[in-house]
Amino acid sequence: MDKKFSTNALHFIDRVDGVQKVTGAAKYSAEYDFPGLVYAVLTGSTIAKGSIVDMDTKAAENAPGVLAVVTHLNSPELPGYKKTAIQANVPETKRGYHVFTDNIIRFNGQPVALTIANTYERAVYAASLVKTKYKEEEHQTDLDAAIKNGKALEGNPYKDYVRGEPDAWKNSEVKIEAEYRMPLEVHNPMEIHAITVVWEGEEKVTVYEKTQTLKTTQQNIMRAFGLKEENVRVITQFVGGAFGSAFNTWPHSMAALIGARKIGKPLKLMLARSQMFTLVGYRPQAIQKINMGATKDGKLTGITHEATAMTSSYQEFTEGIVNASRSLYTCPNVTTRYKVYPLDLSQPTWMRGPGETTGAYALESAMDELADALHLDPIEFRLRNYAETDLENNKPYSSKFLKEAYQLGAEKIKWQDRNPEPRSMKEGDWMIGYGTGTGTFGAWRGDAKVAARLLPDGTLILQSGVTDMGPGTATAMTKLASDIFGISPRNIKFEMGDSNLPPGPFQGGSGTTSSLGTAVHNVCVNMKKKLADLIKDNSIFHTEIVHTVKPEDLLFEDGYMILASDHSKKISYGDALKDAGMKQLELLESSDGNPMNGYSAFSYAVHFVKLMVHAATGVIKIARVVSAVDAGKIVNESTAESQIIGAVVGGIGMSLMEEGVVDHRYGRWVNNNFADYHVAVQADVPHIEVLFVNKPDPILNPIGSKGMGEVGLVGFAAAVSNAVYHATGKRIRELPITPDKLI
Amino acid sequence: MINFEYTRVSSVKAAIDVLAKNPTGSFIAGGTNLIDLMKRGVTAPSRLIDINNLPLKQIEETKTGLSIGALVINSDVEENDIVQKKYPLLAMALKAGASAQLRNMATVGGNIMQRTRCTYFHDTAMPCNKREPGSGCGALQGYNRMHAIFGASDKCIAVHPSDMCIALAALDATVHISGPKGERKILFTNFHRLPGDTPGKDNTLLKGEIIAGVTIPENNFIKNIYYLKIRDRASYAFALVSVAAALELSGETVKNVRLAMGGVAHKPWRLTEAEKFLTGKRVSKETFIQAAEIAMKGAKAYGHNNFKLKMAPAAIVEALMKAAG
Repeated sequence: MDKKFSTNALHFIDRVDGVQKVTGAAKYSAEYDFPGLVYAVLTGSTIAKGSIVDMDTKAAENAPGVLAVVTHLNSPELPGYKKTAIQANVPETKRGYHVFTDNIIRFNGQPVALTIANTYERAVYAASLVKTKYKEEEHQTDLDAAIKNGKALEGNPYKDYVRGEPDAWKNSEVKIEAEYRMPLEVHNPMEIHAITVVWEGEEKVTVYEKTQTLKTTQQNIMRAFGLKEENVRVITQFVGGAFGSAFNTWPHSMAALIGARKIGKPLKLMLARSQMFTLVGYRPQAIQKINMGATKDGKLTGITHEATAMTSSYQEFTEGIVNASRSLYTCPNVTTRYKVYPLDLSQPTWMRGPGETTGAYALESAMDELADALHLDPIEFRLRNYAETDLENNKPYSSKFLKEAYQLGAEKIKWQDRNPEPRSMKEGDWMIGYGTGTGTFGAWRGDAKVAARLLPDGTLILQSGVTDMGPGTATAMTKLASDIFGISPRNIKFEMGDSNLPPGPFQGGSGTTSSLGTAVHNVCVNMKKKLADLIKDNSIFHTEIVHTVKPEDLLFEDGYMILASDHSKKISYGDALKDAGMKQLELLESSDGNPMNGYSAFSYAVHFVKLMVHAATGVIKIARVVSAVDAGKIVNESTAESQIIGAVVGGIGMSLMEEGVVDHRYGRWVNNNFADYHVAVQADVPHIEVLFVNKPDPILNPIGSKGMGEVGLVGFAAAVSNAVYHATGKRIRELPITPDKLI
Repeated sequence: MINFEYTRVSSVKAAIDVLAKNPTGSFIAGGTNLIDLMKRGVTAPSRLIDINNLPLKQIEETKTGLSIGALVINSDVEENDIVQKKYPLLAMALKAGASAQLRNMATVGGNIMQRTRCTYFHDTAMPCNKREPGSGCGALQGYNRMHAIFGASDKCIAVHPSDMCIALAALDATVHISGPKGERKILFTNFHRLPGDTPGKDNTLLKGEIIAGVTIPENNFIKNIYYLKIRDRASYAFALVSVAAALELSGETVKNVRLAMGGVAHKPWRLTEAEKFLTGKRVSKETFIQAAEIAMKGAKAYGHNNFKLKMAPAAIVEALMKAAG
């Protein structure tokens, strides 16, 4: 990557937990062991809609090693799951689904029984013996059919948005109309969801749970079981990827808690890979229509973006599919409409770049189509409609370096050398295409607390109740603290992953670094002040002109306070502590939510893709990717680069192969395994070059960082789709773009 | 997975004897397919008879060609010097199969015996005549993107998933079988069968028999060969369509030709009519297109796999072009 980074000597530090991860010392939620640990396995329904008429669990109960089989017939009524009068007033589509509380089947694969045995294999076998008799009802899992015959949800999130004249694109000089389809995409992080539960009596529990949010998990368990906060401890030391799948406390986790309390033993539940397709959410399928118009010289005059997506029958789910269309470009007339249809499938959820990724696929494909219709270079077209202010909210941007990102990326991939004519570039049997797509995602800052403890040996211990699903949170925070506090990263210990620690932010929405980083920044700055206070009158710093040292007279470097005016005068942090007779210096600091007063904040990514389409067979090979990112100031270069690379790899899967397939006759998955549901393999991934603008955002937080985990995926699928058009002259408006669509 | 018993045997005779005493048992070698099927409840052998110790691990040149033991792992065949020099089509097909990890476990015999990847076969909650005769074919009117366009029946439209087998079918290999009644051999192209009314049977192996190995007759398909595999990603994906093409050229004239396809039928699909047409013809794209048209006669698609009617002939032409060089 380009070394265009400012200020600090070290642009990055290695992952502080890297050795633990590669040696297997890092413990994930399925890897905790306790004396007497038992194993639980869920049996899923084989119908999509209806009710359970009868269950026969005898064979399972009598199987070797089985301790209990929990079903809706014998599951205890939890205080938080009671059917209250209020619940009755909540529409069916918002009631949620609480495991084992009734006999209603809402989706195929819904847990109907939890079988607990003394080994995993015995639990798996016994779970297969559970016999369930269903009364089937007609189900609907097909979005197209639901649009035709069903009814969209109503309510506030579905309000139409109109700026200027509605549907103004119709009167434009040059216009396009297009419909884009994105299939359902499933969450399948490497680490399968798992939970280990240890009850002490019936009122106190410790869970080792795969989660992106310790606090919410703790609250969910407290509420469901009616427990006190101090009696629910959630531990998540490591997460092997989550991408949004680990925000909810899913039914399988509640089932494990119920089962473990029932039998009074520590219990572990791991999902099977096939269950990952139904029990931990997914990116909902979406059909999007974009109508767009511009003047002949390429000024946007109207955008209408209509999105239709899906949710489950029991829980409304909406996301920002149409948001970017309102503010990414400067267009006076914008109309957005968003409809959501309930289907008899399990609950969708956040998935990397939620909403924006789906929306940008359509918006950025349409931008390419309109640029083509205008005979304009796609980058030039975007620059002609560059938004200097957020027209949706009528606010200035806290920072926006998207122009710089266009320039960085275009130069790197030599965009100007491409022949703009579709189907004009060739290498042997391969047609060559270049495409681009822009991504945007909101930047923000939330609440977070960090406790700091400085020890006489110079070690700084930082603690926060946050989890790290992979981006390297502890590493970034260590780097940040090292830079601000002026000590070696080796002398910093960042402790996290425990709800007993001061509450950190949830990990998601690209807000961890901004939120937690602010608290780390504050704690380090104030710790320096406290240290300076300790040595105010210290004779070490006495010179002719300095009698009382103020913090601003000092440099804080390499673990020393150094007199700025005379570098020979210095004292180590540890000695300062010892001299003051202190065993440690403690501090608790917060980041207090969003300080955006009057600004809009976004991160940006511009993806450039070079790909090859085999003329005879339709096979696509991505040859090169350049992603240029404005995510504010980069805290730790290497892990930041990895985040974008990871997003791009996900984007390759999204654009070329990922598609969740349900056989609508049965409302049942047909490709719920890794052989049939394709994600990119190593051989599909070319060299990915990541460039950062790396300019600080002056408003969002004191570290100048915006978010980047989400934005790295947003706009990528459009870049691929646009490159396919450039290579072949064919617009494929449906993902994934598989060889059969190009032949 | 249900409980099962386990026996390890070290001679072919012992293997046959143990199976005779345990007719609901199953041989296991690499296990890359069988274990998955057992985990999903598709099959439940009462006893696994581990044959990994059998002396069937040799690759040898014979007077008439090449002999490969049933227990040679796929990666060893692919990397074998003789195979690479004299039977490069086989090496190329093997390399296109599965992933490196799987090729390191999977054996030649196991590859021949692997079951279809049809999703309805793999999910016990779905209908499938192959798994449960009489339950119906889920794929016929279901999600059949990966399914057959040749030789299917209304009982089953599944395909054989192997790449290796396509090359062996093209190279006129022979399967060597040992059984309670002694040894026999069968032409590779006759080993697998079409589904007809009994899709439960993938092949012609009789009860109690074991594959000892395969032989490939000597040939001149060395320079002008190609195994084309079209798939949804660059590795670890089954073929949408694959073509094994081997040409023996005399100048610009086709002296001898072999063509077989994968991903299109319940068995490796030899294109004999196209071979006949091509023999003696001059190499040209037009000729290859005509051959592909001949090969496609009788093809029938089922909805999601309609694209194969276009992709298959394109693949035949492309593979022949590549083979012709």
